[in-house]
Amino acid sequence: MTELSIGSDSRANESTFLKQSRREEWALLGLASPAILTVLIVMVLPVGWLFYLSFLADDGSFSLEHYNRMLESKAYGRIFMTTFEVSFITTGLCILIGYPLAYFLSQLSSRMAALCMLTVLLPFWTSLLVRTYAWLVLLQRKGLINSWGIDLGLWDEPLKLVHNLNGTLIGMVHIMLPFLVLPLYGSMKAISADYLKASSNLGAGPTQTFWNIFFPLSLPGLFAGALIVFVLCLGFFVTPAVLGGGKVIMVSMQITSNIELFFNWGAASALGVVLLVITLAILLAASRLLKLDNVLGGGH
Amino acid sequence: MTKKTEFSRRGLLAVAAGAMAMSMTAMPAQADGSVTVASWGGSYQNAQSLALFQPASKAMGITVKEETYGGMSDVRLKVKAGAVAWDIVSSGSGSAARAAAEGLLEKLDYSVIDVSTFYPTLKTDYCVGSDVFSTVMAFNTATYGDSGPKSWADFWDVKKFPGKRAYRNKVAGALEPALMADGVAPADVYKVLDSEEGIKRALDKIRELKPEIAVWWKSGAQHAQLMKDGEVDMTTGWNGRFDVAKKDGAKVAYTFNQGLLDYDCFAIPKGAPNKDLAMKFLAEVSKPEIQANLPKHITYGPTNKKAYEIGMIDDKTARMMPSHPDNAAVQLPVSLAWYAKWEQKAAAMYQDMLTE
Repeated sequence: MTELSIGSDSRANESTFLKQSRREEWALLGLASPAILTVLIVMVLPVGWLFYLSFLADDGSFSLEHYNRMLESKAYGRIFMTTFEVSFITTGLCILIGYPLAYFLSQLSSRMAALCMLTVLLPFWTSLLVRTYAWLVLLQRKGLINSWGIDLGLWDEPLKLVHNLNGTLIGMVHIMLPFLVLPLYGSMKAISADYLKASSNLGAGPTQTFWNIFFPLSLPGLFAGALIVFVLCLGFFVTPAVLGGGKVIMVSMQITSNIELFFNWGAASALGVVLLVITLAILLAASRLLKLDNVLGGGH
Repeated sequence: MTKKTEFSRRGLLAVAAGAMAMSMTAMPAQADGSVTVASWGGSYQNAQSLALFQPASKAMGITVKEETYGGMSDVRLKVKAGAVAWDIVSSGSGSAARAAAEGLLEKLDYSVIDVSTFYPTLKTDYCVGSDVFSTVMAFNTATYGDSGPKSWADFWDVKKFPGKRAYRNKVAGALEPALMADGVAPADVYKVLDSEEGIKRALDKIRELKPEIAVWWKSGAQHAQLMKDGEVDMTTGWNGRFDVAKKDGAKVAYTFNQGLLDYDCFAIPKGAPNKDLAMKFLAEVSKPEIQANLPKHITYGPTNKKAYEIGMIDDKTARMMPSHPDNAAVQLPVSLAWYAKWEQKAAAMYQDMLTE
């Protein structure tokens, strides 16, 4: 009998627990619902609406004309290529510059690190337009860099630093760097010094410790940062428009000119849809290849 | 609580001020109604406001509300949504023609608006000319002195005129110069362009110049800045912008020779709330004595020929205007019919050329 009463007791306990945890889940859902609704209203609905518009002709009938246009003209293919090329190179350069920087910051004492972090954060807090135009002033034919370089006899002809791919990359890397450094720095700080000590104890040199212990542990932060940079680059408008001199044409720029030219949201949203689909495909492929589950938060 | 009272007091003040403003503007004469005008903002709308809108509203005793807008795509949205708030929009001639073809504009009543002394090409059934501008070749006077390019053939001649060029990143106003540089007489330009082969011929000519084109400009502010900074030695662009840049100390000069004469115009969106009053307002701003104010504020010329004849514009100013008879004579008037027929096709081909 006692056994049975214990059983019913524990069952009663269990159901109370279940009830409680369910109530908690509902409460959490209630708290999260404003955010979920916001995302739904400002993000999912408009994107869905644009998706729908991209299949409409001028007279409102269903049509693939906006997609056919992209296939017929060679320009669209080249514009997509440029967009991915610029995004890819920018991400690569950010990794090359940003990784050593984040590593350096993570090794400093916290006071020094905070001070040095300002060099990353200050530009981050400055308006993107201001920084872009500042680069234009520095890089142009009679700008500071060229006039100093020529005055000092370093080179004779003005270097072609801006109004081309060079200028676009310089500006974009500068603007994107914090997006890589911040998550990377975070993940580097989270690497316990004990692992590195253990590695040294076991007889590994500094180089071996770095490559076998530190680097693999910093990878999730690196992937997260690179992903943010890459995705932001895909939709970039201002910097390539100002520093590219009309030679670097990215998808976002073509979207605005399509609106002006065709008076029509469909012509522009079709481009957006294609960019979105290609981007998702790339992310999916990357997550399979690089096992990004940890980074994207799906692997718990 | 304090916050609340403060707020309501401020609200009360605003209401009172609004009521005062309304009674003040409503006072002069037979004050019935107001019109809302949308234009492009900046120094351009500022000039329009001082030269055209304010004098016209005073003369008629009505209120003019000014807004800025983003062009005919905005009008399209408003008309399709049946929520037109603007009585008059200021537009480029080309996009107005396309909007008219789409049925977005009201037909203008030329028994109300007197256009008898207008340049005949500077109006359509749906848009009445407001000012004349020109797409010209401008050059750096520090690089070339006073002997800059005088024709599009010169603009293309990189041996005689070495230096970096800038050119437009859109097809509008970009093909005509190329054909003239290729030896086509101005009078035949639109005939040649009236086929895909003709457009291709113009594009091939631009391809020839491409290595020398350092920047493909996208706005008037940009091509003025390029000349100011000495980033390029030569560019195409809108004449008024270069005059402003020159005033700011830029070493820039331009010629009207072989320029593309084009105009801005006023249109009434379909379903405008005060259509009849808007028509009368357009009649007022089209009068020579009102149009003659414009050159004081920006170097864009009147569309009403008579504005030059009533002694309000001095000779020196008049000679700077694209629509001065001497200047107009050496330019090629832009063909709206060609743009209506070919712009979208030509734009796609231009984009192909740009991305090569």
